[in-house]
Amino acid sequence: MQTILSIAIDALAFGMVLFIICIGLSLTMGLMRVVNLAHGAFAMIAGYIASYAARDLGLGYAASIFLAIIGTIVISIPLERFLYRRIYGSPELTQVLMTIGLTFCVIGITNYFMGPTLKIIPLPEALSQPLDVGFRTIAAHRLFVIACGAAVAGGLWYLIERTTFGIKLRATVDNAAMSDALGVRTQVVYAISFAIAIGLAALGGVVGAEFLPIEPYYALRYMVTFLVVVSVGGAGSIPGALIACLVLGFVDTTGRYLMPDFGNFFFYAAVILIVCLFPRGFLGRAQ
Amino acid sequence: MHIMAQAGTVSAMPDAKSHLWRDAAGIALISACGAAGYWLFPDNLALLTRIVAVALLVLSIDLVVGYCGVATLGQAALFGAGAYAAGIACVNGVTEPMTLIAIGAIAGAAAGLLMGGVMLRAHGLAQLVLSIAIVQLFHEAANKASAYTGGSDGLAGLMVSPLFGLFEFDLWGRTAYLMGLVLLLLVFIALKFVVASPFGMLCRGIKQDPVRIRAMGAFVFPVLLKMFVISGAVAGTGGALAAVSTQVVGLDSVSFELSANALVMLVLGGLGTLYGALIGTVIFMGFEHVVSAFNPFHWMTMVGALLIAVVLAAPGGLTSLVGKVAASRQGKP
Repeated sequence: MQTILSIAIDALAFGMVLFIICIGLSLTMGLMRVVNLAHGAFAMIAGYIASYAARDLGLGYAASIFLAIIGTIVISIPLERFLYRRIYGSPELTQVLMTIGLTFCVIGITNYFMGPTLKIIPLPEALSQPLDVGFRTIAAHRLFVIACGAAVAGGLWYLIERTTFGIKLRATVDNAAMSDALGVRTQVVYAISFAIAIGLAALGGVVGAEFLPIEPYYALRYMVTFLVVVSVGGAGSIPGALIACLVLGFVDTTGRYLMPDFGNFFFYAAVILIVCLFPRGFLGRAQ
Repeated sequence: MHIMAQAGTVSAMPDAKSHLWRDAAGIALISACGAAGYWLFPDNLALLTRIVAVALLVLSIDLVVGYCGVATLGQAALFGAGAYAAGIACVNGVTEPMTLIAIGAIAGAAAGLLMGGVMLRAHGLAQLVLSIAIVQLFHEAANKASAYTGGSDGLAGLMVSPLFGLFEFDLWGRTAYLMGLVLLLLVFIALKFVVASPFGMLCRGIKQDPVRIRAMGAFVFPVLLKMFVISGAVAGTGGALAAVSTQVVGLDSVSFELSANALVMLVLGGLGTLYGALIGTVIFMGFEHVVSAFNPFHWMTMVGALLIAVVLAAPGGLTSLVGKVAASRQGKP
């Protein structure tokens, strides 16, 4: 019972980390039709900024997260303007290659400036202690991550379903040319959603640093994981991404706990099974 | 990319005779370059043999990506299948090099059949993800089955007997290089016939418009699966060559990184032309050898910048740039 519960908590927290990072990628792919393999690179940049802010500037955890999100978005703006805009609407292979190229560049440059060692983001007192929830204790950081994931899911749902911007966003997804004709400034909608996607990647990169440690190869190591999760969930679908993250997080964590020798075996076996059963992902829209 | 890479080759159909002369000249040029490598870099024959093996892998990706339009990031699964099959056969007493190559090719073809069977069920992004998942599964399987594959230590101690009973595999890798070069030429000539055949044309048609090909009455799935098997045989040959020449099979031969690098080489050289695959491999691996000697991370930054530049400035790869320059010289737009 004890084991089952701790596996469940870890799986839920890991799934939520995946969700926070991947939902941004899912938005980019579902809305803008850009396969952004450099998404993980932005999460990594945020991790480095947060680590720098917390350890070298001595800022608090919350301030570091805030600074990391803002800094990453600022870095992403010129990249969106000069690189991504050129590949909107290109075939997938072109997008994959360009964003892999961008990832390689980020890895090389990061290593040059920050060195190849692992960077840690020190947790505040309150999060590093176990928390007593009555019948047993749970690491407070796990609960914080789960709460973050729930907040992101709820916030995005509200943004997309209940606000004017959400209406414009959905209209642009359904038919960009028609929304443009009706007076929706699709370029602005694209730019804002890209910024939101990068901001979420940054948040996920910082709060998930305990699960996915920050080092120069982060961008390449988890690139495939993120892409797989999004395509399993169905690009552009928030509930789909949530289901995919929870299922794959559960499969991966359980596999690692019970049969650690097999590494990623169960994760990818589950992926092949799911993609064969649901070629568009769990809740992907028909094209 | 459908139109960009293919418009030139399909719409312009010069008469068969000039094609034949051009191909004969191209093959002579490849042999000359190979021979030049043999005389100019006698100390680096191991690297040159590696280039030949990877060139076979890149050719096999070109068959699937460039001619059929099926994006894959998992081709190293087929390369690794060939390498491990040859390696395991060699450890178990089959030491004749040409037999080992044949075993590698058959294992690659079988893996191609499996991979094609799984991958062709999906389309677009899901297909790409499946290819990645397959290569990762192969990687884990090779890592787990360490009784047969040596796991993360690699499969070492391949004792290959002399080629045709005459030529020893020497320390400088002369025999291995020449064998690889001849293999590459034979495969290249065979593939020239394959892509020029009606079957090859059908594949290009599927790449441009699968719906129309289906409406014309052809079956898309078996054609693509056949190309996957051919591609698997080519990749498996490359893997077996790598195993025979280095006498070691490592886990890196079934890695996602190798698949991605090979795809980069192909795109650098140019999709949909067999020459592009060779040119891209030689340039990429040559640069890698020189630059990564200084610092591997500078190398990553450079490859990344190169990729971005190729995608934005020359979507058809370097061969299309050469073609454009040649065309503008002749006064044709």
